Amino acid sequence: MNSFSYTRADDVATALREVAADGAAKFIAGGTNLIDLMKENVERPSRLIDITRLTLGGIRPRSDGGLRLGALATNTDVAYHKEIERRYPLLSKAILAGASPQLRNMATVGGNLLQRTRCCYFYDTATPCNKRTPGVGCSAIAGFNRAHAILGTSAACIASHPSDMCVALAALEAVVRVTGSVGERVVPFAAFHRLPGDTPNIDTNLQADEIITGVDLPARGFAEHHAYLKIRDRASYAFALVSVAAALEMDGNTITEARLALGGVAHKPWRDPQTETMLHGQSATRENFKRVAEALLRDAKGFGRNRFKIELAKLAIVRALSQASFKEAHS
Amino acid sequence: MNSKPKADAATKATVSLPTKNGITLKVNGAVKQIEIAPWTTLLDALREHLGLTGTKKGCDHGQCGACTVLVNGKRITSCLTLAIMHDGAEVTTIEGLAEGEVLHPLQKAFVEHDAFQCGYCTPGQICSAVGLLREGKAKSPEDIRELMSGNICRCGAYANIVAAIEQVSRMGERGDEE
Ligand SMILES: Cc1cc2nc3c(=O)[nH]c(=O)nc-3n(C[C@H](O)[C@H](O)[C@H](O)COP(=O)(O)OP(=O)(O)OC[C@H]3O[C@@H](n4cnc5c(N)ncnc54)[C@H](O)[C@@H]3O)c2cc1C
Ligand code: SF4
Ligand code: FES
Ligand code: FES
Repeated sequence: MNSFSYTRADDVATALREVAADGAAKFIAGGTNLIDLMKENVERPSRLIDITRLTLGGIRPRSDGGLRLGALATNTDVAYHKEIERRYPLLSKAILAGASPQLRNMATVGGNLLQRTRCCYFYDTATPCNKRTPGVGCSAIAGFNRAHAILGTSAACIASHPSDMCVALAALEAVVRVTGSVGERVVPFAAFHRLPGDTPNIDTNLQADEIITGVDLPARGFAEHHAYLKIRDRASYAFALVSVAAALEMDGNTITEARLALGGVAHKPWRDPQTETMLHGQSATRENFKRVAEALLRDAKGFGRNRFKIELAKLAIVRALSQASFKEAHS
Repeated sequence: MNSKPKADAATKATVSLPTKNGITLKVNGAVKQIEIAPWTTLLDALREHLGLTGTKKGCDHGQCGACTVLVNGKRITSCLTLAIMHDGAEVTTIEGLAEGEVLHPLQKAFVEHDAFQCGYCTPGQICSAVGLLREGKAKSPEDIRELMSGNICRCGAYANIVAAIEQVSRMGERGDEE
């Protein structure tokens, strides 16, 4: 780890002033991603601004019937919160499918959104990586890319976004609240993370002088018909090869609304709302699920070792949709 | 006559090495003041500054759970957190679980069930299990397995670890050392 200076911010204004004053300064929340990357010399901040004592925790009802998750609410706080378990079980299950209890006790909502890819070359400073150093090349395209993306990739980067929580938030169409020097703004979840394009060094549309203050959940939580399916190399405590958040609204056996978000397959939680509408007005049958799975993966592209993910994703979509279509969802 | 270079060296030292910071931790019930650099992890502070080497360093990257301790009653991996961020916190390590010669029920159960071989993961397993019982979310052996998945045992003593924790959880022990 490099040496750095440390300061603890007591309010959001101070935190923003501190981060604006030093281009190489970084906020630290749970620290579970940042400290890991600092130990690998991937992140080398000059200054850490500890935001854990800001009053950005808590989970509160919103006037529109939804909930607001504070940026500093821990993954444990959110996953076991009574209202989340009751109204947004998809989110609770996705969070509990990730990391370990110890890490979830530290990891925050804001930090989870901004966690970086687990691409092994991104972590290894001895190998070229466009995300670390733009323009030097991508070691993964012709390398060990079993965990990498199959959708929305670019010639510059095929990294996948590792979060489980974000896959559920994408399906729920959450909204990210951020504050910066020019004031507050809200970012729809789909517009928060970016595809790599030719700037894979930029993961999200958050600006350097902005802080995440919270995430808003809309009123609809799809509690009756949902599933979070995570496929990984071991039964627990591993990142997703493919994950699926499925949320349905049903009238009898007829689907009136369908949301599908995929994890582990792209640089951001993958949504394709246009394709999801194929299920509207359809009955919950395997054939219909298969059709939408085929359509969702029609543009998927493998890079050798990760080619299996294309078929795996299709099967996972079908299974997640079947689970979600039962009233008592079990995933 | 060499006063100028000396002054330069002093200036450099303060610029490149930020001064050590004093923090207070309540470790296993005792108030401790230590001087640490901002980059000292809680794990290194416990082991190197406080001599509490019961807490182990396995991977140093949050992947194995050997460094698990309880901070303000919650289990965390102490390798992925900075000591300076916990100024004023209460920390419980494996050294703080027994009361004198009387072992914590989980320590006793680990011995009874032969829940370790080399023992390297054991302090982390036990601290993690204390946290698990306090959380009260594990209702079955399957739940225990899932909620202990953050603790890797290279010797593969898992079956006995789960049995030990299950026994204590059936006793209704909430994992509090008080
Ligand atoms: C061994 C291991 C296994 C894991 N497995 C999984 C898994 O299976 N699934 C999964 O989803 N995740 C997994 N994780 C990742 C974990 O969920 C993230 O590390 C965690 O969510 C990051 O949150 P944090 O608060 O610790 O972030 P930090 O490390 O504190 O911060 C991460 C980044 O976010 C920035 N930041 C933090 N908060 C804010 C804010 N409010 N505003 C602006 N910037 C901010 C920081 O500057 C930093 O750049 C795993 C991690 C480890 C170490
Ligand atoms: S996939 Fe992206 S993160 Fe991985 S080596 Fe290539 S450029 Fe770097
Ligand atoms: S040493 Fe901390 S988790 Fe392995
Ligand atoms: S007893 Fe050896 S690692 Fe668990």
